Amino acid sequence: MSENLKIGEIIDVNTTSFSAECVKLNEIPSFGGLVRTPEGDRDLYAVVTYATTSSVDAGRHPVARGNDDEENEMIFKANPQLEKLFRSEFTAVVVGYKEKDRFSHHLPPKPARIHYSVYDCSDEEIRAFSEDLSFLSLLFNTNENVSTEELVSAVIRTCAEASDDKEAFLEKAGRELARLLNRDYMRLKMILERIRPQEDR
Amino acid sequence: MDDSIGVIVGGSLSGGITAKLQNGCSVEDINVGRYVTIQGRQKKFMGMVTDVGLQVTDTQLTMSPPDSDDDFSARILNGIGAYGTASITPYLLIADSDRGNLEVPEPVKTIPSHFSKVRMSTDAEFQAVFGEEDEKRFNIGNPLDMEYKLCLDIPKFVERSNGIFGKSGTGKTFFTRLLLGAMIQKSKGVNLIFDMHNEYGHAGTSEEQGKVKGLKQFFPGKVTTFSLEEHALHSDGRVEIDLEDLEPEDFSILGRTLNMTDLAVSATYACRRRFGKNWIREVLRISQLTDDENDEKENLLKSEVIAQGSFENMVRALNKINSMGYINKTGSKSNIVNEIMSRLIGGVNVVIEFGRHSDTLTYMLISNLLARRIYDRYRDLTEKAIANDTAKPIPLVITIEEAHNFLNESLAQNSIFGIIAREMRKYNVTLLVIDQRPSGIQEEILSQLGTKVIFLMDNDRDIDAALSGTSGKTALRGIVAKLASKQQALIFGHALPMPVSFRPRDYNDSTFYRDGDEDESFDDIFSE
Repeated sequence: MSENLKIGEIIDVNTTSFSAECVKLNEIPSFGGLVRTPEGDRDLYAVVTYATTSSVDAGRHPVARGNDDEENEMIFKANPQLEKLFRSEFTAVVVGYKEKDRFSHHLPPKPARIHYSVYDCSDEEIRAFSEDLSFLSLLFNTNENVSTEELVSAVIRTCAEASDDKEAFLEKAGRELARLLNRDYMRLKMILERIRPQEDR
Repeated sequence: MDDSIGVIVGGSLSGGITAKLQNGCSVEDINVGRYVTIQGRQKKFMGMVTDVGLQVTDTQLTMSPPDSDDDFSARILNGIGAYGTASITPYLLIADSDRGNLEVPEPVKTIPSHFSKVRMSTDAEFQAVFGEEDEKRFNIGNPLDMEYKLCLDIPKFVERSNGIFGKSGTGKTFFTRLLLGAMIQKSKGVNLIFDMHNEYGHAGTSEEQGKVKGLKQFFPGKVTTFSLEEHALHSDGRVEIDLEDLEPEDFSILGRTLNMTDLAVSATYACRRRFGKNWIREVLRISQLTDDENDEKENLLKSEVIAQGSFENMVRALNKINSMGYINKTGSKSNIVNEIMSRLIGGVNVVIEFGRHSDTLTYMLISNLLARRIYDRYRDLTEKAIANDTAKPIPLVITIEEAHNFLNESLAQNSIFGIIAREMRKYNVTLLVIDQRPSGIQEEILSQLGTKVIFLMDNDRDIDAALSGTSGKTALRGIVAKLASKQQALIFGHALPMPVSFRPRDYNDSTFYRDGDEDESFDDIFSE
């Protein structure tokens, strides 16, 4: 992940989440990745929960372009206009904010601002933000099309990759989850299976 | 640093409180019988772990636990979704150095509030509760899993009758010998010990070491031994019983052991009435009369309304007694009671060794007979002292073994030991009861025992009986059942502020304790 790379512009906002259009077609932040957008004195942090790529003109249905000689990237090279006919969008759920160098892991007082830029977070930012994992509870109430278990495990994997000690982080996250889901073991089990370190499998 | 092992999450004063284990503390680290300190909001409590358990927050967890090779999930769930609990019985309010200034521990009348932190009790806290070894307190061993030397307040201990219970081979005798030593050393009283198996007097036996020193070798000037055997080694005198000293009351206690019918026992009363003090000799003489001179016998049977069968039954029993080696046949009066009495009054401890005569009949006969006479003298002395307002006689502790033989439901009313146990301290005489079947002892007597020491017992009825009259019985029950088969015991009652499971002082490593090493005195050995 590169530092402070702008990846999108906000096009839809509500209290708990925002949607943004990607700067470039197909350059979508990872599922479960952490993004940041400025809002006044604060920086809001959000987790990417869903992404789509669709036609700019809602009425136009894409048709297949490839043939025997052309597929994948070659199609775009042969039809450069395609880059302008489609757009990628993603939705992110707000999980906290930073104000005066202090992180808060709950919803900010004000939502994100429309047309503001969205940035990918650096590993360092992810590390700093994920020191406290209480934001995970915010992810359990999203109404996205993706299952919560998938989303939560994706976030934990992202944060684990950025952490100094992956295994210790996974264990810490697992224990946080166990606390959150202490009445719902089956759900917890599904997530734990998705975040279990490779060598443990 | 936070050294807590968990927090209080529920419970009641009557049923005990429950702590959820935390901070990585596993149930495997907590043993039943362990002491914990609970820091409440205003008060500090001390209690004992009486049970441990496993809980889950979601019952699904018990139905589909993590795979056996899934260490990750198991590690994560441990302590959160699946956690350990400890049941704690709070016993004492103790001094809280931070806030309160409670000087003496008090029994609890409330419980700590929710989420009070629980941690293992420290040796220092134990010391504040049980005190240090001094001229009154004697170190009897270590609480389980602790370094602290558990001290027993001996003068307080001998204030009441006490009991030591446990299966055979659990270390009762060894501990009793230690305790008797402590009593000789630290109490102002004297002991009269009916030593059934020659364990306490000159030398005793140990399963590991063979012979070990007895009390007399530790306290040469303070212990005398009397033996039932004629030429006993290391004995200061012989116990002989005059037939005149036997009373019908003795037979009502020995009846069953002598196979006497109830009618035969009542015949003894009739004969005593008729012939006076010399009744046994008279009855035996009459029974040997030939058919020609049988008038006397018929006369007796008729006037006293004794059936022929009952008479014969009685004569068989009297003959059996008369044939015993310790019955005085010299004709001169036995002086044994006076001899024992003079020593006891003079502050010298007396051990009656039974030697070969370790059968129940002899033990019951001799101990009842001697104890009754000594108790009578004590009562007279005490009453005189009260009337003249002088000092009461020196307190006496009588040690008896196999106590269920005297103190069972049917005999306890008649037996002198039943009376001593009930009337207790009035006449400055108390009991130290040693037994392996406490369920055979009358409940009323068990509940009068001040301090009880319980070694391992398997039988539920025995455990129930030993714990009768104790609060928090259910909690203690689990601890007794989990004691190791040797050298572990639970002590509770009058002399201690709260129950403690402990490992009695052990002399396995000590060469001093072996028989024959005359150089070391009891004080050298016992004050480390």
